[in-house]
Amino acid sequence: MTQPAPTDQSVTDTLDCTGLLCPLPVYKAALALGRLAPGDVLELTTTDPGSLEDIPAMARQRGDTLLSVVDGSDTQTFLIQKGTAT
Amino acid sequence: MTVHDLPIAADTAAEAVPRPKRIALVASKGTLDQAYPPLILATTAASLGWEAGIYFTFYGLDILHQERFEKLKVASLANPAGPIQLPNLVGAIPGATAAATKVMKNWMDNAQMPDVPEFIDMAQGLGVRFFACSTTMGVMNVSEGDLIQGCEIAGAAAFLDFAADADVSMFV
Repeated sequence: MTQPAPTDQSVTDTLDCTGLLCPLPVYKAALALGRLAPGDVLELTTTDPGSLEDIPAMARQRGDTLLSVVDGSDTQTFLIQKGTAT
Repeated sequence: MTVHDLPIAADTAAEAVPRPKRIALVASKGTLDQAYPPLILATTAASLGWEAGIYFTFYGLDILHQERFEKLKVASLANPAGPIQLPNLVGAIPGATAAATKVMKNWMDNAQMPDVPEFIDMAQGLGVRFFACSTTMGVMNVSEGDLIQGCEIAGAAAFLDFAADADVSMFV
């Protein structure tokens, strides 16, 4: 949980939150992570620019690991590995 | 030394199961625009794994009122930052409040934001606690049956007992 996993980590589930504003990406990501097992990886796509701060904050607060962030021109893509605490 | 073993073991155990963070919110306003912030913050906090509770007091109790929570409005009068910006004399005419409310609802719909009843469902689904102020109920003649399901009727001391262990407290 403390060290980032390899970036080629396989994705367990994907969640499309494009077009959605805060708090929906965090709300939906938390629900999706709740359905996963510790160590599983969620790929989340957003368009809300606030997500660039919100998703890392969510991972920190929940005890998940943010494996990667891709800040594209139109979308942001996050790989979040579920931690053991949640 | 065994003398030190017990306290160290106790500390380790305490660290292994940390207490969740907690947010205690007060919702004191009964307008549509002021209903969103406490619901959004509580829903977000619960999504982060925090314990969350909202104390609905005074006009904020309308957010829990079965016959009112779907009909909250935005003030058109004395609301210079509202969705339609009117001089107060114009904002006072019949229909201005309805117009301001309609504009805000359209904003929310266009942004795919949930409405207040949906946020209430989301919050309750995540275990957010809704405290209904018992004094407000008495003053405004609201009975338990007037409120949506899942509310806890509480006075100030009961809410402060919850808020005393909060890491974040806010008054809306």
